[in-house]
Amino acid sequence: MEARKIELLVGVFITAAIAALVFLAMQVANTTGALRGETYTLYAKFDNIGGLKVRSPVKVGGVVVGRVSNISLDSEYFEPVVEMKISVQYKGFPDTSTASILTSGLLGEQYIGLEPGFMDDGVMTLEDGDHIFMTNSAMVLENLIGQFLFSQGND
Amino acid sequence: MKAIQELGRNTLNTIRGIGNATIMLFQALVGKPQPLKMFPLLMRQLYVVGVQSMLIILVSGLFIGMVLGLQGYTILVDFGAEQALGPMVALSLLRELGPVVTALLFAGRAGSALTAEIGLMRATEQLSSLEMMAVDPLRRVIAPRFWAGFLSMPLLAFMFSAIGIYGGFVVGVQWLGVDDGAFWSVMQASVEWQHDVMNGFIKSLVFAFVVTWIALYKGYTAEPTSPGISAATTQTVVYSSLAVLGLDFVLTAVMFG
Amino acid sequence: MKNLVELKDVYFNRGDTPIYEGVNLVVPEGKVTAIMGPSGCGKTTLLRLIGGQLKPTRGEVHFAGHQVNKLGRSALFDLRKRMSMLFQSGALFSEMTVFDNVAFPLREHTDLPENIIATVVKMKLDSVGLRGAAHLFPSELSGGMARRAALARSIALDPELIMYDEPFAGQDPISMGMLVKLIRSLNSTLGLTSIVVSHDIHEVMSIADHVCIMANKKIVAQGSPEQLEREGNELVLQFLHGEPDGPVPFHYPAADYAEDLLGSGVRR
Repeated sequence: MEARKIELLVGVFITAAIAALVFLAMQVANTTGALRGETYTLYAKFDNIGGLKVRSPVKVGGVVVGRVSNISLDSEYFEPVVEMKISVQYKGFPDTSTASILTSGLLGEQYIGLEPGFMDDGVMTLEDGDHIFMTNSAMVLENLIGQFLFSQGND
Repeated sequence: MKAIQELGRNTLNTIRGIGNATIMLFQALVGKPQPLKMFPLLMRQLYVVGVQSMLIILVSGLFIGMVLGLQGYTILVDFGAEQALGPMVALSLLRELGPVVTALLFAGRAGSALTAEIGLMRATEQLSSLEMMAVDPLRRVIAPRFWAGFLSMPLLAFMFSAIGIYGGFVVGVQWLGVDDGAFWSVMQASVEWQHDVMNGFIKSLVFAFVVTWIALYKGYTAEPTSPGISAATTQTVVYSSLAVLGLDFVLTAVMFG
Repeated sequence: MKNLVELKDVYFNRGDTPIYEGVNLVVPEGKVTAIMGPSGCGKTTLLRLIGGQLKPTRGEVHFAGHQVNKLGRSALFDLRKRMSMLFQSGALFSEMTVFDNVAFPLREHTDLPENIIATVVKMKLDSVGLRGAAHLFPSELSGGMARRAALARSIALDPELIMYDEPFAGQDPISMGMLVKLIRSLNSTLGLTSIVVSHDIHEVMSIADHVCIMANKKIVAQGSPEQLEREGNELVLQFLHGEPDGPVPFHYPAADYAEDLLGSGVRR
């Protein structure tokens, strides 16, 4: 009898823990995002990455398809190279796609916006390890202000 | 000269203590498993260590979550960023407060009880008597308590975080009027399973290991007298808390630094 | 007559303090051997040496033909199934009932089915007169009952040797009488060998076949009670008769009394 009661209460304990875990998984955490399960790797070179960080999201039309996994500097041209891990469920972007560093909102964090290009007969798809050649670098506020002032001066 | 000698002696004693504690744990856990004998013992210890700590963990978690909701709101609302309340509450709980506060409460509630129980078993010669009955007290007494502590604490930490987030939800959404949908969706957008939930889980596994280990070792080596046991119980709480806070810094630096 | 336990020239230190310096001791099989001595002379340590919980710094401890202090862990555990020890406090497991306490060694070391275990436990409890207390927890027992329950547990596996550590300490006369009777009768009915460590001279002398007296880190005398009474030296007689002063001085070693008092006065 005593043993049965203990087993019952331990069962309740484990159930409560599992319930907590399910709550965390379903309601709190972002489990559907990339970096879970199979991924493939893409590279992109930028002139300036601004405030992009490792683990920043990679989005296509606002949908998170992957994350930045590494940022390094090319030793030849001294340009930043961004390594991205993209979930395998989003495969087959054409190699005419464009990667841009964008900012969510005025003060929000920076992310990579991937814009699929046109599909044509001669166009290949991006496979594991490929580079995206068409890139737009981050907007740097100082440069923007500088350009604005410069164009004002020209008038 | 004397101070240096003192330092040397203390260092040597600490190293010896760690060595003895490692040997104790090794002897308790290594060997051929006897699941049939272990199961009822483990059940009983899960009850003592886990089930009986559940209430304090749930109540503390709820209140800490509610306080986070309240404090977070008053700070964030100044920046017009009260929608960030969800991730703030969730991330603080999952990454830090869940594992750490659970470990501290666990050390105070279950760790001290383990030390006192084992110390008393030594004082009343129950451990010696096991040995004379050809039963290894390390396998019989220490091992099930260790596994129970090691398994319970991460589960308790999950419960703590979950109910804490609910507490933050109650205060933030139902009381202070943060938008319901935004609270959850912004939270989901920034909390990641791997990075936040699992790292918190790893933290709490490490804390569980250390706290249970300290509690068992202190009990096992307690001087078998009333002042000896009370000193050992105090040491369990003090050493566990310090170890948890120190390790938390190291782990945080490695995981999120 | 065979000796079940033998200690040969045993030395033992606790920290830096020597406890034994050359102890020689024999425990004849099938008899009640009493070990007596002033408190603090390490009588309990002797039992732990025989049980292999402590190892001597030098010398040999033999039990039933095995050298205890040379055995490995598993061999030692096997040997311990043949001996048992009644601890001073009883050392019953506080989270189990009396029944489960007595059943513990059986469940641990045999594969007997539960109904046979129940029968054995009831028999053992009956032999110490506690069959009616089987459902109680140790905290509900009086000191004497706890010790009898612990005795039932220590005979559960029918050991060859049973060691009693201060079985009479802190007992009222009635429980003391019960324990004396039990030790004697268990010894004869079960064919046990018993070692009783105690300093309750009258009780011990009434049941012992063989008596060893320990003092000054050695065994100072051994033999039958009558023999000791007849041939004992001054120290033995002081102990046996409980005289306050003699070879074991009343005073802890100290500086000269007068000098101590006057000296401290001068220093002030």
